[in-house]
Amino acid sequence: MISIAKLSGAQALIESLKKEGVEVIFGLPGGAILPVYDVLYDSNIRHVLVKHEQSAAHMADGYARVSGRPGICMATSGPGATNLVTGIATAYMDSSPLIAVTGQVAKAMIGKDAFQEADIMGITTSITKYNFQPRTASEVPKVVRLAFQLASSGRPGPILIDLSRDVQTEVDEISFTENIGFSRLKHNIVPHPLQVEKAASMLLNAERPVILAGGGVIISNAWQQLLALAELLMVPVATTLMGKGCFPENHPLSLGVVGMHGTYEANKTILEADVLLAVGCRFSDRTTCNVSEFCPDAKIIHVDVDASEIGKNRKVDVPIVGDAGETLSKIYDMIVKSLCRKEKSLWLKRIEEIRSESENVYSSIQESNLSPIKILKELREILPYDAIVTTEVGQNQMWASLYFKVLKPRTFITSGGLGTMGFGFPASLGAKVAKPDTPVLDIAGDGSFMMTSNMLVTSVNENIPVMVVILNNSMLGMVAQWQRLFYGRRYSAVKLVNPDFVKIAEACGAMGVRIGSLEELKNAIGQALKSEVTTVIDVPISPEEDVFPMVPPGKGLKAMIYGALKTSSALAKRSERLKEMMD
Amino acid sequence: MLSVNDKGENYIVSILVENKPGVLYRVSNLFRRRNFNIESISVGPTEKREFSRMTITLNGDDATVEQLVKQLAKIIDVVKISLLNPKNTILRELALIKLYAKDSRARSDILNYAQIFKGKIVDTTEDAMTVEVVGTPDKINAFIKIALSFGIKEMARTGLTALERGG
Repeated sequence: MISIAKLSGAQALIESLKKEGVEVIFGLPGGAILPVYDVLYDSNIRHVLVKHEQSAAHMADGYARVSGRPGICMATSGPGATNLVTGIATAYMDSSPLIAVTGQVAKAMIGKDAFQEADIMGITTSITKYNFQPRTASEVPKVVRLAFQLASSGRPGPILIDLSRDVQTEVDEISFTENIGFSRLKHNIVPHPLQVEKAASMLLNAERPVILAGGGVIISNAWQQLLALAELLMVPVATTLMGKGCFPENHPLSLGVVGMHGTYEANKTILEADVLLAVGCRFSDRTTCNVSEFCPDAKIIHVDVDASEIGKNRKVDVPIVGDAGETLSKIYDMIVKSLCRKEKSLWLKRIEEIRSESENVYSSIQESNLSPIKILKELREILPYDAIVTTEVGQNQMWASLYFKVLKPRTFITSGGLGTMGFGFPASLGAKVAKPDTPVLDIAGDGSFMMTSNMLVTSVNENIPVMVVILNNSMLGMVAQWQRLFYGRRYSAVKLVNPDFVKIAEACGAMGVRIGSLEELKNAIGQALKSEVTTVIDVPISPEEDVFPMVPPGKGLKAMIYGALKTSSALAKRSERLKEMMD
Repeated sequence: MLSVNDKGENYIVSILVENKPGVLYRVSNLFRRRNFNIESISVGPTEKREFSRMTITLNGDDATVEQLVKQLAKIIDVVKISLLNPKNTILRELALIKLYAKDSRARSDILNYAQIFKGKIVDTTEDAMTVEVVGTPDKINAFIKIALSFGIKEMARTGLTALERGG
């Protein structure tokens, strides 16, 4: 179907966004994007005004991860566009379908170092799946169509559309068409049957199989296929940080998250595997730690829709390029044909053994009265099973990953790849916009929260009530932890003198409360769930609390440590030496 | 020095790309971003106006080349990628070499060598001669070796371009 109308480029953009079903844009206006904002004024698309463009990108990203639909952010040229960059890079690393629209100076001014000109095309080329700079208004509908298709197909990722001011104002006969006739949206969704067969027989003959599920399982909405296959074969499932939630963490086969701050069960079990089915993950260094020591004895089946991920970080035995859900269900079908349900094996008994070991390990981890572990476990008790949790980055994130069990996909939103501090709060607001009836809570640290806390104002003004629990240790906690463990407690630039978070919340028109016990936390969350404004819950915790288990940097998973005492003496000696040198 | 050998130390990747602004940047930016070290790249038009061909030679192991091809394939503007087998490929490079030619003996020697290499003298002044040599990189390397005995004033090489043999 083709429709033609006489429109400006700006009108063409908004029309196109409407045709894509866009309901909300997160942004901040400025000179070079004014024509678009003028059209937006009359449109029924909701605009959420942010306090800094970085937050617009994170909001749109949070919206996209929760809804599975592209999230849109908008900014002006120059500083507006460059402020988006961290948010775009965050979305790129975590394969999130973000669409960024930026204003640009007039075509004739490009390259002249005009006011508020930045080469955002050049800047974002390596952090977007693709970027566009349409030269005429008539190109706009096709560019938008392509942007949406690219952002959300195959391995999703961010797209940037850079619109020169004169392209926005130019009026022309604009045609809108469903079919853009672009045949090169490259992705192999359907796995090769021979590879599927190989994988199935490898899994059937495995004695100690493990599934490692990544963010790709969530992106492809493949959790049911994953659950079915895991239960059919009685295979334990570990996830990456990005995959957290794709397999219910209260399921008897769930091992939790694997990696540098993986659970004891996951890290221990995966090392003993003889066959590893890795789906929708990329063997990142935070997951594998030392990749050469990662599952050294296992045959590896790697399923990913992005062919370039296969063999990039880890050599594999059975590469399968395909959609996670498609592939898992094909493997399932193949296995169902050849067997009845597997019975409890020696392997599952071994895993029970590991689980009981893990209880000793966890009880050996030193905890204060109001420890983050207790807080996170309590939060799981209080929050409904489908509540959405976002995290900031650092200790808060790793505690959440370890001790907050996620039961439903798309309810745990975190910056995994880029590790962007300040992501959690705006992402929680984006999540709330996508799911207004679901409680949303940001697990924050005091350091991260300070980075984007100005968005409290937006949350109040735009009626987006969320909850923030600040695990407040007056430290850049994760850096402090490394300094404590590996730099002889030389706390360089990590001590924070924070403002009063309760007063900050109140000054912005939000609720603020400081709690000192789990009982008070329970009450505060109970109130917050009913509140019509955002609630900030400040929880002062000990600055000495470390996240354990932990795999020291550069080591393999088996070098996991559970307390500061187990730190290698070599490192301690090194920091002693460093100290002497400084004296 | 560039040499395409049978041991496969150098790989030749031929890619057909959309002929539009920014594509060369996307491709070269990818090399930088992913830490690929390329030996040469040449770009030019093809039989179809909407496409350009890029010929890339790089030195690396199989895994590196596999990654390069897979990463290139993700660029939307890349239409087709072929990894060329040097044995079954026509390889050409053009070099312009300006040599010191101070006396008549040097001049006649340069002329002779150029003829042996089926090269052409394309410019001459009182004390220099410019030779154009076309051929495989090996052939050009061989000529350069000789040229060094006269002294090279300046040189420009196009980088390798290539097409697979047969229909």
